[in-house]
Amino acid sequence: MDDIKTTVLDYIRKEYLEEDDDRELTETTPLITGGIVDSFSMVSLKRFLERKYAIQIPDADASPEAFDTARSIEALVNRFKK
Amino acid sequence: MSYSEALRASYQQELDAIRSAGLFKEERYIHAPQGAEIEVEFPSGASVKKVINMCANNYLGLSSHPDVIDAARKGLDHRGYGLSSVRFICGTQDIHRELENKLTAFLGTEDTLLFPSCMDANAGVFEAVLNDQDVMISDRLVHASLIDGMRLCKAMTDTYKHSDLAHLEEKLQEHQDKRIRLIITDGVFSMDGDLAKLDAIVDLAEKYNAMVLVDDSHASGFIGKTGRGTHEHCGVMGKIDIITTTLGKALGGASGGCVSGRRELVEMCRQRARPYLFSNTVAPVIVSGALKVLDLISRTTERRDKLEENTTYWRKLLTDAGLDIKAGESPIVPVMLYNAKLAQDFARDLYGEGIYAIGFFHPVVPKGAARIRTQLSAAHDKHHLDKAAAAFTKVGKKYEILGLGKKEIIAKYGQ
Repeated sequence: MDDIKTTVLDYIRKEYLEEDDDRELTETTPLITGGIVDSFSMVSLKRFLERKYAIQIPDADASPEAFDTARSIEALVNRFKK
Repeated sequence: MSYSEALRASYQQELDAIRSAGLFKEERYIHAPQGAEIEVEFPSGASVKKVINMCANNYLGLSSHPDVIDAARKGLDHRGYGLSSVRFICGTQDIHRELENKLTAFLGTEDTLLFPSCMDANAGVFEAVLNDQDVMISDRLVHASLIDGMRLCKAMTDTYKHSDLAHLEEKLQEHQDKRIRLIITDGVFSMDGDLAKLDAIVDLAEKYNAMVLVDDSHASGFIGKTGRGTHEHCGVMGKIDIITTTLGKALGGASGGCVSGRRELVEMCRQRARPYLFSNTVAPVIVSGALKVLDLISRTTERRDKLEENTTYWRKLLTDAGLDIKAGESPIVPVMLYNAKLAQDFARDLYGEGIYAIGFFHPVVPKGAARIRTQLSAAHDKHHLDKAAAAFTKVGKKYEILGLGKKEIIAKYGQ
């Protein structure tokens, strides 16, 4: 079964970290408040999730809080998965 | 609400926190016109000291050029001190339009609109030409003023890794459903001094039907064979849809900026850009000085050629001394120190040696990338650079970093 948290963290590593950035990411690593994903780049993550899981996340639900950790993102995805 | 003692204390606490984090900025009072050598009072109340300036954006050395000062003075005599108006009420003189036309010719665009600053140009341009059906795709290291401008616009935002064109291409593919894709980049990046790969960016823009906006503030007047900017250097004159730039750096250094590019986009800014509509016109004295600047640099490339020679000479001096500099070709030459405290101590010691340069550290640059940013000017002569390099070498020796690379400096001082 697809582990959403792992998928999200793999994407974050590829999309947002530079190649020589080897910091550890866990399901509770703060992504937005920790400065890894800035608010301008959040759209990529939202679009990635929508495509990957065939869901629509309304803008009102795509808050920085909801996107702040892999764990909260998993919860968000599960809310909209059919 | 009155300004209570409690409120005063809470602001003071915030200021104290900025100070204790080592982020408190203090101005240094300069008792002279801008130039290669200036007289500085620092700290406030100290006696005035003559130092070599290695941190001005005075790339062409025109900030205090006698012909520019003379033209500004004549402008003052003939067109007055101020206009007491925004542009579209009664703040546009013949010379404003003349300067816009000259900028258009110089940058090789279709039209130009003056703004009080490039910060204002960047604050206004996005909202004027985009709406919520569009997307702005920006390099992750663009200048803060572009970021603020994007924040004011309803279009979607997305970013690509710094100068990573494969990543940009992915983003362009991803946003094909949008009405307009606007790629946003600096021409020369202000902290690292590297140049955007505008030729490849334009190719991608053509392939994926996108527009390109370049902030060329650290390039206009000196990058490219005749100083037109990064688009000239990259061979894409006429292919950049929007250029924003400043008169506050190489082009006289006073103030003022512009949006230059496709005729309709510039006109949209004239109709809709709020910093243009709601702030005062650029003062006649500045417009007159800037007109002279464009005359001077359109007539000869002497000054940008000297800047290029100075840049090559300075980069070699620092490299030979064993300092770790960011490779590149622009007159922004960062001396990498990685550690914030080291950067501050280094700059302080340089000042003691008569060299004025500033340490930059987080949040201005990424954590662990502290540096001293040096900037060359056509006003520098070789003896200035020799003296500055000797000071850098002396201070580098003191901190035992000469000949060391990133890993070694970090191992010694931490990030």
